[in-house]
Amino acid sequence: MTDLPIPTTTASDRARDIRAAVESRLKTRHASERRFKLYGQLAIAIALSFLVVLLGRIVTQGASTFVVHSISVQVPLDPAKIDRTALEGVNYDIMVADAVLAKLGEKDDDYGTKSDAIKDLMSPDFGFQLLNMIKADSSLIGKTVTVSGPLRANADLYFKGEIKRSSPEEERTLSNQQLDWLDALKSSGAVTTGFNFGFFTKSDSTEPEQAGVLGAVVGSAMMLLVTAFLAVPIGVMAAVYLEEFAPKNNWTDVIEVNINNLAAVPSIVYGLLGLGLFINTLGVPRSSPLLGGLVLALMALPTVIIATRSSLKAVPPSIREAALGVGASRTQAVFHHVLPLSMPGVMTGSILALAHALGETAPLLMIGMVSFVPGVPHGFDQAATVLPVQVFIWENASERAFHERTAAAIMVLLVFMILMNAVAIVVRRRFERRW
Amino acid sequence: MLTWIAILILAALSALAFLMGRRKALGSAGGSPAKMHSLPGYYGTYVALWVGVPAALLLFVSIMFGGRLEHALLTANQPPILHQLSVEQKELFFQDAQALAEGRQLSEAVYEPEMKVALDAKANEAKGYVDAFKQGTFALMGVLVLAGFLATFPRLNKDFRARNRVEGWVDGLLMACSIVAVVTTLGIILSLVWESLRFFNSVSPAEFLLGTHWSPQIGMRDDQVGSSGGFGALPLFAGTFLVMLIAMCVAGPVGLFSAIYLSEYAGPKARAVVKPLLEILAGVPTVVYGFFAALTVGPIFRQGFNSLGGLFLGGPLNELGLYLGQVQNQMALVAGVVMGIMLIPFVSSLSDDIINSVPQALRDGSYAMGATKSETVKNVVLPAALPGIAAAFLLAISRAIGETMIVTMAAGLQAKLTLNPLETVTTVTVQIVTLLTGDQEFDSPKTLAAFGLGLTLFAVTLGLNIVALRIVQKYREQYD
Repeated sequence: MTDLPIPTTTASDRARDIRAAVESRLKTRHASERRFKLYGQLAIAIALSFLVVLLGRIVTQGASTFVVHSISVQVPLDPAKIDRTALEGVNYDIMVADAVLAKLGEKDDDYGTKSDAIKDLMSPDFGFQLLNMIKADSSLIGKTVTVSGPLRANADLYFKGEIKRSSPEEERTLSNQQLDWLDALKSSGAVTTGFNFGFFTKSDSTEPEQAGVLGAVVGSAMMLLVTAFLAVPIGVMAAVYLEEFAPKNNWTDVIEVNINNLAAVPSIVYGLLGLGLFINTLGVPRSSPLLGGLVLALMALPTVIIATRSSLKAVPPSIREAALGVGASRTQAVFHHVLPLSMPGVMTGSILALAHALGETAPLLMIGMVSFVPGVPHGFDQAATVLPVQVFIWENASERAFHERTAAAIMVLLVFMILMNAVAIVVRRRFERRW
Repeated sequence: MLTWIAILILAALSALAFLMGRRKALGSAGGSPAKMHSLPGYYGTYVALWVGVPAALLLFVSIMFGGRLEHALLTANQPPILHQLSVEQKELFFQDAQALAEGRQLSEAVYEPEMKVALDAKANEAKGYVDAFKQGTFALMGVLVLAGFLATFPRLNKDFRARNRVEGWVDGLLMACSIVAVVTTLGIILSLVWESLRFFNSVSPAEFLLGTHWSPQIGMRDDQVGSSGGFGALPLFAGTFLVMLIAMCVAGPVGLFSAIYLSEYAGPKARAVVKPLLEILAGVPTVVYGFFAALTVGPIFRQGFNSLGGLFLGGPLNELGLYLGQVQNQMALVAGVVMGIMLIPFVSSLSDDIINSVPQALRDGSYAMGATKSETVKNVVLPAALPGIAAAFLLAISRAIGETMIVTMAAGLQAKLTLNPLETVTTVTVQIVTLLTGDQEFDSPKTLAAFGLGLTLFAVTLGLNIVALRIVQKYREQYD
């Protein structure tokens, strides 16, 4: 240390210079540090704001579906207008329209222009209600009966503010006179506002005001049942084999690589498989929940296998060894001890795979599930539609009233998915063991 | 109905076999399980398996293929009156004959009196086949049940290694299940290749891969306008590439930066909040993104560009203004951006895993040298994680290429060879959907073209996945 040169002024100057340089550089370095952190925060903010906008848009677009404007009308069943020999051919819609006109205190001209205009405000379902009433009891002819139900979609949209009086008359689907009538009906209390139970109790229809999601929900449930009964047992057993029994050789390597790749195959390819193999070769009925379930089961299989394997891996080897040590066979050790202990993980993984299958659309389009299915499917081999495909069909519909129903159907779909995810989280929290 | 009864009887017989087997084995040990090789239940199960399973398999096979066999027998000799029918009408005729024989509902086809006679004759014939087939199946099932019982039951005694035999069955079942995954892959490959080969019989692969004219609608008559039908898929590949590129421009930076923030900066609390939220974004079905793209993002973008175009009108950029003024709802940009949103959580969670698996020692070394956090990330963590992140991006690209609903609902149908993001483009997946929804005839190149596209899609995504998974695996080994 004695050899150190005595500090000179130049050296301390240099030290000061270095410190100044370091400090100024430090400033820019810290600034870039802050910038970098900001980019990260910005990225997360962008991702989350997309989430908020996406969900917000769907809720704001769909919420109005749950409100419906209904009317009930007393219709006199004039025997002169009803041909008893051809009940189907009677124009019930005009009878309803006339009854509404009478309610409004208006008189129709000779050409029936007003009743035609009123007819456009009433759901055609009223006519069917009358027909069914008379078919069931023909003594009603000559009496006055009450029919009630939702207004036609356009009238409903007007009350919801989607069709505005301020827009030019020729750009609207409703004329000024029709709007006046609607206002009069509303202020007289004939039109009532209520919760749209019909949306949950009816199936698809060509008339937006009559369309509901029941058929699609039932179809989804049936399809998911098929998927669950196929994908979960097969997936779990395959995972047990690969994790616990399979010898480590080329063949099992092939299966492993294969499963990992299958998990990343585009879903639409599974649709092509369904079309080429299940429909054309095996003759499974088109558009059926059975077919959809089969295709989705193949899709969900890799996910179930991967989830099961990782939860089997998490069971410590001491459990197996203890079971083997007291004389259990390998099969007994696995099925009596390892598999039950890994069940929470298996269930979580399976539920998540099924939730994913519930939202899948593309492969189902390939296998004919886009067809119009009014009503609830009666069997696993009957034509059915499912929720996400219903969303797709309604999104394509030209009537504006279907757009709010699309968003509402999405809300129903999301509620089901959130429920399934919540169940998965509860199962994981409640039963998962940490080793 | 008869089938259900058969299944019930089979179940009852299996249960009986179980009880008998168990009893016999116990009896041979003098009622003391301790003297037996296996637990008593295994003896019963062993007999029950041999009694029930072969017959059940036979029943399954006969249900799967019975209708087909009958159909083949039925069409083997055709009465002369059928020669006047077209191929489809014949098909319908035989289907109706089978339906009539089995008491199912007929199609809506109308039959002339003579044709009706032929139909009834055929239905009778079909009924004969159905009955014979059913009786044959049930007789064979009976034989199998009996044979299974006789082959196993007499061998039971207390020293019989029943547990090992039953476990052999279990092993076989497990192995069969794991083979399902391989069979799925084979099924995909075979069905795609088979139909594609038929497609390439009429359209050469070179024309398909390199041609620039795509109009798969073939006219009914030769003289119809546009009857030629073009199967050059290059515009579809260009459209797919364009949408994928836009999507990656959104998902790449946003996903990567959120992964960096989450793994390097965010505390455990912020992670616990943000990660589940991103998972929600990942769990939203793609049809919902499609709806969002078509009815929210599309109109907003169109209005934005239209009013932007209005600003340029009359100025030096008049042409550009006119162009922007007529931009449509459906464009590559809308589909790409929304697909990018969809991919953000995918990129982010994959990159997050990979960044987390970079050893802490590398970071500590960098901090010890005086580097700031961002310098450590940029100069140490990211280079170390680069192969993994590249793999994550490859997987995201493969997802983007295979994504269907968003592009179907928001990109459009016009096959254009363009890289302009404001144009409507169409993608491989959109064309597959369009070609295969609605009525299909399986002998037209139009329908088969979808399988050609599907094969291309499968090959490309499979290639990307294999490369990506290989990279990830190598990378993991490097730090393990």
